[in-house]
Amino acid sequence: MMVENLIWGYVYPNEVEIQWSVLIVLYPYITGLVAGAFIASSLYHVFGKKEIKPVARFALLTALSFLLVATMPLLTHLGHPERGIEIMFTPHLTSAMSGFGYIYSFYLIVVVLEIWLSFREDIVKTALGSQGWKKLLYSGLALFSYDVSEKALHEDEKLAKKLAIIGIPSAAFLHGYVGFIFGGIKANPWWSTPLMPLIFLMSAIVSGIALLILLYIASMKLRKHAIDHKCLHSLAHYLWIFLILDVTLELLEIVSMKYASLEDIEIINRLLSEKIAFTFYGVQLTLGIFIPFILLLLVGIMKNRETLKMIMISVSSIFVVIGVFAMRWNVVIGGQEISKSLSGTLTYVPVFFSQEGVLPAIIILVIPFVILVVVTRILPPWKDMEEEVPESKTKSTIKHLY
Amino acid sequence: MNISRREFTKIGCRVIIGAAAGTAIVESIVSNGIAAEPSSTGDYDWNEHYWGYVIDTRKCIGCGRCANACKLENDVPFDEPVYRTWVERYRVLKEGEVKIDSPNGSIDGFTDDIPAEELKKAFYVPKICNHCENPPCVQVCPVGATYATNDGVVLVDYDYCIGCRYCIQGCPYGARYFNSKKGTADKCTWCYHRITKGLLPACVQACPVGARVFGDMKDPDSDVNKILDKERINVLKPDLGTKPKVYYVGLDREVK
Repeated sequence: MMVENLIWGYVYPNEVEIQWSVLIVLYPYITGLVAGAFIASSLYHVFGKKEIKPVARFALLTALSFLLVATMPLLTHLGHPERGIEIMFTPHLTSAMSGFGYIYSFYLIVVVLEIWLSFREDIVKTALGSQGWKKLLYSGLALFSYDVSEKALHEDEKLAKKLAIIGIPSAAFLHGYVGFIFGGIKANPWWSTPLMPLIFLMSAIVSGIALLILLYIASMKLRKHAIDHKCLHSLAHYLWIFLILDVTLELLEIVSMKYASLEDIEIINRLLSEKIAFTFYGVQLTLGIFIPFILLLLVGIMKNRETLKMIMISVSSIFVVIGVFAMRWNVVIGGQEISKSLSGTLTYVPVFFSQEGVLPAIIILVIPFVILVVVTRILPPWKDMEEEVPESKTKSTIKHLY
Repeated sequence: MNISRREFTKIGCRVIIGAAAGTAIVESIVSNGIAAEPSSTGDYDWNEHYWGYVIDTRKCIGCGRCANACKLENDVPFDEPVYRTWVERYRVLKEGEVKIDSPNGSIDGFTDDIPAEELKKAFYVPKICNHCENPPCVQVCPVGATYATNDGVVLVDYDYCIGCRYCIQGCPYGARYFNSKKGTADKCTWCYHRITKGLLPACVQACPVGARVFGDMKDPDSDVNKILDKERINVLKPDLGTKPKVYYVGLDREVK
C-alpha cells in the first residue's frame, strides 16, 4: 500500500526498489570535496598563487582526510563488501567503475607524497627536537632521513611541484570519472550526457573551495587567531569563478535537454517540476549557486568592512556546500526516481537506521572531520596561517593611523 | 479369484494398449517441451547454438502463468517485488490516455478496473531479459561477474558479483534486480539449466497460447527462425544499440 502511493504512472516491476541510496549520494560528494580541496592547494603549489599559501598545506590535509573515507560509502553499500577488492584484481575494463580502485590508489599515493614533501621539514625538526615515542613517531614519518639542508628542501619543493602537476589531472580524473559513471549510463536519460564529467568536476572544485574556506574560518576562530583576509578573498574569488563555470554547464545541460525535447522530455519535465523541483531549482541552483554568486560578487566590489565580507563569504560557502550536496542528490536519487519505462516516477524514502540509511551516511560524513583533527595534531599546518597575520595586522594599524 | 482365459486376454490387451497409448501421450507432451535435440553424446556444446526468443504480443492473454512459472522454476522470492519476467497491460482510453500496469508482475492476473466501453484498445506485452547482443549490463560490470555466453545468454556469476548494482542501473529494460538473499544482482537466464538439457524455458512452456517462442537461431528450421523469416518484427528500444534477442511481433509504439 505504502509503496503504491510513492509511484506515479507505470514503472517496471523491478524498479520499485531504489538501488542506489543516500550512501551513493555521499560518494561523489566526498570525492568532489577531495578533488576540490586538492585543486585549491595546487593554486599555490603549481600556479604559485602566494595568497593561497596559508591554506595550501591545510587543503592537502583536508583532501587526505576526506579521501580516506571515500571508499566507505561504496563498501557499505556493496552486497558483498568482501569481494570489493576484486575491482583491483580483476577489473573489467569496459566498465567505467572498474577504474575506481586504480585511480583512487594512485591519487591517494599522490596526495600522501605531496603532504610528506610539504611537511618534511617540520617532521624532521620535530623528530630531532623531541624525545621518546614522539621522536620515534616523527623519525618514522621522516623515514629516518633528516637532511633538511637548503639544497634538499629545494629538491623537495621541485618534486612537490611536479607531483602537484600530476595531481591536478588525477584529481580532475578522479572526479570527472565519477561523473562518467553516471554520464555513461545510456539507459537513464537523466544521467546520460557527455557533460556529466565536467559538471561533476566543476561542482567538485566549487564544493572543495567552499569547504576549505569554512574549515579555515572555523579553525582560526577555534584557535582564536585573526583571519588572513587576503587569503580568504582570494579563495572567495576562485570560488566565484568556478561557480560561474559550474552554473554554465548545469544550465547548458538542462537547456539543451529541454530544447532538443526528445522522447524522454516528458518524464524529465515531470522529474524537474514535481520530484526534485525543490532540491533542484531551490537548493542546487538558487541557494547553492545564485545567492553565493551574488554575495561573492558583492564581496569583490565592497571595500573594507572585513567582518561583513567574512560573514558573506562564510554564508556563501555554507550555501555552496549544501547546494553541491543537493546537486549530487538530484543526480543520483533524481535519476532513479524516473522509470526507464519513461512512463512513471518513484519516490526515494530514506531510512534512518539501516545499512544504507541516513545514520551510516552521517557517520561517514563526520569521520573525515575527526581524521582531520587527528592529522592536524600530527602535522600542524597552523604555522602557515598564523605567521602571515602580524604583517596584515600591522598593515591595518597603519591604515588606522592614516 | 477365477479369471477365464477370455477375460485374462481382454485385460492383458487393455493393459498393453493403455501402456502404449500412455507412453505416446507422455512422449508427445515431452517432445513439445524440447528446445533442441540433445547432442548424441549428451554433452552440451555452446558453440553449436545461438538462442533467440520471440514474443507474439497479439497472442498474449495476460494470464501471468509465465511469470508464476518463472518464480517457481528459478526460486525467485514471491514476497519481494522482483521478477525475471512479467506481463504489462496497455490500455488506450478513448480520451487518448494510455494506462500501463503490471500488478505483481501479472502473477495474479489482471483486474478490470476500467469499463470496457471506455477503452479504445488494450493489449498485453510480456517482458523478459532481452539477452542483448550488445549488453550494457555486461559492459558496466566492474569485475566481469556478468557475461554473455557463446550461445547468446547473459548470465551472472553469483560467486563473483560484488553487489554494486551498476548493471541494474545500466539495463534499459528493468530486467535486473537485486537478490537480497545472495547479495548479488540477478536476472533471467532463459532457464539456462533447462535449455542446455534440451528443454524449453519455464515461461515458454507455461504459456497456454504460444505467445512465447524459444529456439535456436543457428537452426534454420527452429520455431524462432520460422517466425523471424516470415513476420515483421521489432525489438525494444532499438535506438539504444543494445541489439536485443527478444523479438516482438505486433509491438505497439506505446511499448517501451
